[in-house]
Amino acid sequence: MAPPDHRRPYKRPAISDQQRRRELSLLRQAQSRLDAQHRARCLASSVLSLENPEPDSVPELELESKPGEERSEAPPKEFDVRQASKLRGAEARKWFARQLMLPEWMIDVPDRLSQDWYVFARPAGKRCFVVSSNGAAVSRLRNGSILHRFPSALPSGARTRDVSGSAQSYSILDCIFHEPDQTYYAIDMLCWRGYSLYDCTAEFRFFWLNSKLAETGACEPPSQYHRYRFSLVPVYNCDHSGLHAAYTGAAPYVKDGLLFYNKEAHYQTGNTPLALVWKDENCSQYVIDTDSQGNVPKQQQVVLELQEDGKLTTSDDPPVVFGCLDGDFIQKSGLCLGNLLRFAIGDGGLSFVDGGLDKADLCYLGKSNRARAFADSYSKIVFQHMVRHSPLKIDDFLSSISSSVDQENQPRDVEMAG
Amino acid sequence: MAMEITQILLSAQALDARVRTEAEASLRQFQEQNLPAFLLSLSFELANNDKPIESRRLAGIILKNSLDAKDAARKNLLVQQWVGIEISVKSQIKELLLRTLGSSAHEAWHTSAQVIAKVASIEIPQKQWPELIGALLNNMTQRDQPASLKQATLETLGYVCEEISHQDLAQDEVNTVLTAVVQGMNLAEHSPEVRLAATRALCNALAFAQTNFDNEMERNYIMKVVCETAMSKEAEIRQAAFECLVSIASLYYELLEPYMQTLFELTSNAVKGDEEAVALQAIEFWSSICDEEIELQDYESPEVGESGAPHSCFIEKALSVLVPMLLETLLKQEEDQDQDDTVWNLSMAGGTCLGLVARTVGDAILPLVMPFVEENIKKPDWHCREAATYAFGSVLEGPTAEKLSPLVNAGLDFLLSLMKDENSHVRDTTAWTLSRVFELLDIISSENLQKVVIVLLESIRDASHIAEKVCGAIYFLAQGFEDSESSSLLSPYLMDMITGLLNTADRTDSSDSKLRSSAYETINEVVRCSNLAESSQIIVQLLPVIMNKLQQTLELQIMKSDDREKQGDLQASLCGVLQVIIQKLSSTDETRPAVVQFADQIMALFLSVFACHSSTVHEEAMLAIGALAYATGAEFLKYMPEFSKYLQMGLQNFEEYQVCSITVGVVGDICRALDDKILPFCDGIMELLLKDLQSDMLHQSVKPAIFSCFGDIALAIGEQFEKYVHHALPMMQQAAEICAQIDPSDEELMEYGYQLKRSIFEAYSGILQGFKDTKSELMLPYASHLLQFIELVCNDKQRDESVTKATVAVMGDLADALGSNTKLLFRDCVFYIDFLGECLQSDDEQLKETATWTQGMIGRVMVS
Repeated sequence: MAPPDHRRPYKRPAISDQQRRRELSLLRQAQSRLDAQHRARCLASSVLSLENPEPDSVPELELESKPGEERSEAPPKEFDVRQASKLRGAEARKWFARQLMLPEWMIDVPDRLSQDWYVFARPAGKRCFVVSSNGAAVSRLRNGSILHRFPSALPSGARTRDVSGSAQSYSILDCIFHEPDQTYYAIDMLCWRGYSLYDCTAEFRFFWLNSKLAETGACEPPSQYHRYRFSLVPVYNCDHSGLHAAYTGAAPYVKDGLLFYNKEAHYQTGNTPLALVWKDENCSQYVIDTDSQGNVPKQQQVVLELQEDGKLTTSDDPPVVFGCLDGDFIQKSGLCLGNLLRFAIGDGGLSFVDGGLDKADLCYLGKSNRARAFADSYSKIVFQHMVRHSPLKIDDFLSSISSSVDQENQPRDVEMAG
Repeated sequence: MAMEITQILLSAQALDARVRTEAEASLRQFQEQNLPAFLLSLSFELANNDKPIESRRLAGIILKNSLDAKDAARKNLLVQQWVGIEISVKSQIKELLLRTLGSSAHEAWHTSAQVIAKVASIEIPQKQWPELIGALLNNMTQRDQPASLKQATLETLGYVCEEISHQDLAQDEVNTVLTAVVQGMNLAEHSPEVRLAATRALCNALAFAQTNFDNEMERNYIMKVVCETAMSKEAEIRQAAFECLVSIASLYYELLEPYMQTLFELTSNAVKGDEEAVALQAIEFWSSICDEEIELQDYESPEVGESGAPHSCFIEKALSVLVPMLLETLLKQEEDQDQDDTVWNLSMAGGTCLGLVARTVGDAILPLVMPFVEENIKKPDWHCREAATYAFGSVLEGPTAEKLSPLVNAGLDFLLSLMKDENSHVRDTTAWTLSRVFELLDIISSENLQKVVIVLLESIRDASHIAEKVCGAIYFLAQGFEDSESSSLLSPYLMDMITGLLNTADRTDSSDSKLRSSAYETINEVVRCSNLAESSQIIVQLLPVIMNKLQQTLELQIMKSDDREKQGDLQASLCGVLQVIIQKLSSTDETRPAVVQFADQIMALFLSVFACHSSTVHEEAMLAIGALAYATGAEFLKYMPEFSKYLQMGLQNFEEYQVCSITVGVVGDICRALDDKILPFCDGIMELLLKDLQSDMLHQSVKPAIFSCFGDIALAIGEQFEKYVHHALPMMQQAAEICAQIDPSDEELMEYGYQLKRSIFEAYSGILQGFKDTKSELMLPYASHLLQFIELVCNDKQRDESVTKATVAVMGDLADALGSNTKLLFRDCVFYIDFLGECLQSDDEQLKETATWTQGMIGRVMVS
């Protein structure tokens, strides 16, 4: 006699592996589809394909590869990410170099500092970004060269973790590698598990960074599958107490100046006035630029880029012209378009008219170190100049905060009352 | 109008295939050319007592199949065709059908009863056959009619009641129908044949009798008659009456309380002393009660409170008597029950019910069962040892692990020793019990794993029915190591297990191929659950072994169609193993090259498998090709010229919709593997996908997969998708409209609706992202419709989480791709703010992150 239709012979649990195979295939397909769509959603998708080992995994820095060719090879600033993913070698480094948000140097105090800005002490060390994907993390310096390739507790940062999860998912952190404690201090988050945070405000990015990083175990001490510890940096509202905490408060790392971030600013690659850096002797060992031997040169030195017509410009967009070389000199010295050249600022110094640069007394020193990717920015040159002559002081911030607080507190109709 | 078709109907059943095919063709031709005349001719044939019974029977079957089909789309078409037939013709057909009920030929009136019910299911709800019920009832009151007419009429009434709802008739009609049926069961008035027909008719009419069951007096009466009938002299009638009780148990569980004492006595007497067929129904009554209570418990939630259906705890109350009764049945094994898979006897029904009771009451069953187990498990009579093991295996699901684990741990060694029992039934049941242990409990540790594996690998050489259950045990043993933390434990035994399973697959002592396919399927699970880092070597070695076996199937001698089928089955198993190996090895960068090095040979094998089966695409080979495409990536391009014809065949396989569905999935795999290199093949693929969507013949479950596939294609080819927009988008919009019309009370349809919604969103996501950089303006005309659809989906608070994810993602894609163009759209709607809020508060990290991204995208649009 046959069992009722809905009761299959109880003692014979036929293994139904076919259905399981179908389901697992569907699962794999759904996951791959999700990954593919995530990838498409993410602006920086090229970072992924570029983190494959390339001949340059030893950082031999050759930006100015062949004379005369660099300009044409250099990717335009608004490079399409899909094309960028095909870049190799020097081009890739150049492209990567543009992926970090570079704070301008603070040469005057922004308005509404206490309302609109964050402040935090910048850890001393190498600025880099860390990409974790496909079971490894890779850190790249500002010039695009690889600093470390290591297993990490970051999402998809090691082979051991969530094998079943999305292999393609990846995360990008903006970090400073602090040598003394071998720690990556995360100062910003660009992508998290495949999601781009580029278009999010700093307020949100910091919130996300704070809430997500620790969850992964990345802040734990190093272990077999987690070679470097990550750490968060305390970020303060830029009011009296916040500024005070960032400036004088104890930090587990050696400080190198203060960073100011506008709360509303999105992550904008390249130089931006919405992030600012400032230092003085109390919070940084490196206030005044040093030469390669670590000595402070007598005269301020700057690196400028040689343009077509002999003009010497900064790395800003648009570039600021600091001077001009004549054709003969260029030829004689064997200089090429796009070369980065080192100059000393002579006794004439910099002179300003209406808040803009009027004249600079430049003396040619030679080509810059080949590891340099960019000329100096305008703000950097001016900041260094101010440091040597009339530095912006912590008190200037404090008084700016006080005055803005005063203004806030003033009754609006004060004049009418009078 | 009607034609003489006797000879064609007889020829259609001829032994000679040529004659048969020809007759079938001419029947089909007749049907297509003149459906009314065709149906009328069939009805005449069926009604004519002078015709041979063979042609009348086939006429009836064709009539029934012209009115009803399993597939919903086909059924709908048939109904429309019937409705369209001229009324006079339909009246004639119905008249002939009713007349056939009076025929003395059982097969004729039996078939006619079924056809009448099919016509009734179309016409009664439309009030187009008002005279049917009267005519049938009239048959019951005619004194001078033969008993067979009453039998036929009762059967017809039962079928009609099964097809229609009581709401389709006036209540007094419902009452007279039931009265006629219940009176037919009356002992004094009717012959056993009529009473049997009446009892079976009541069984079919029980759902129809809902109103009458709600009335206490009528219910009491019906229950009284059924219980009396359950004690009839004739076993067949008793069996039918118990079948009624089984149905009543599931339909009217909440009304049973007053009758339970009587029902318990009736059923336990039947289980103890009645004929097996009756006793089985009596056990089934209790199984049905368990089903109801398990369902009540599964859906029990504190919020439901008093509005939920009442749980009467019948099983719990009867437990102390019910369990011993069931344990008794376990001792009534048949000597050869292990040889036949379809066997269903007292012992099996009793064990099944015991298992359900365990799931219903949980821990409470253990004190009642364990003494039986301990008492019997060492007795010299194998019946006792088998029953004890079976009882133990049956109660492993339901009780808590806290209670079960100590018992199983204490008994594991003994169970393992029973695998060497002198009696094969005992070994068989022990193997089954072990597989339940591994499936349901987590008791395997590094201490006991070794001895378990040793015993299993010895026992897998036992008789084939035992070996099959040992495969099951290994399957679930491996499954326990699924997560990567513990999979290392299995690594030392992997080689031996795979070798043992391969040897089992090669055994020739089994008459059917079940053992072989169990062995291969178990290899699949072992491979899946293995620790890849530690065992990649073994798995890589397995790959050429399986490839070689697949190669050998291509060389098999094919003499008859049976051989072809066997070859196909074996290829299915081997393609399955290959798929699992490919998927396992391609999950890491280190092991993927191991697959890629064989890719050419593997693909050649799959193509040969396809070539073996000219009429259909081999499903398992297709599934495996999807995995291979994932493994090879862009390299897959070189296989496309040869493979694409099978891809197209698969996409056109409406009959085997699983094959079609899998092929659609494989298109997605290939899109991701090839990216824009799939472009040359897209026209052909898109054309077929669009045809599939438009087809009424294709099973609806394939359609969501097709929409997801649109997204895959669009993402792969980017702006090149432009040429398909005008075809694909209207279909997506149409499907969205269908989603909007789904009846929320239909759970099954809602589930389908969720799949459809998710897939439509996936299609939009793929297209929007594919167009993002260059052609996003193409999507502008569709943005508003999409956003409305998104709103519709958001407003459904019951929606499935996967739908929520797809919804929030597509909203971000819309803002991302169309940018400031969507500013006005988003500004004009508010729903998305709450929806994003809901997503951001979710516990699901992935959902929160998607929602954050979407919020950012919309935020960017709003400030633009």
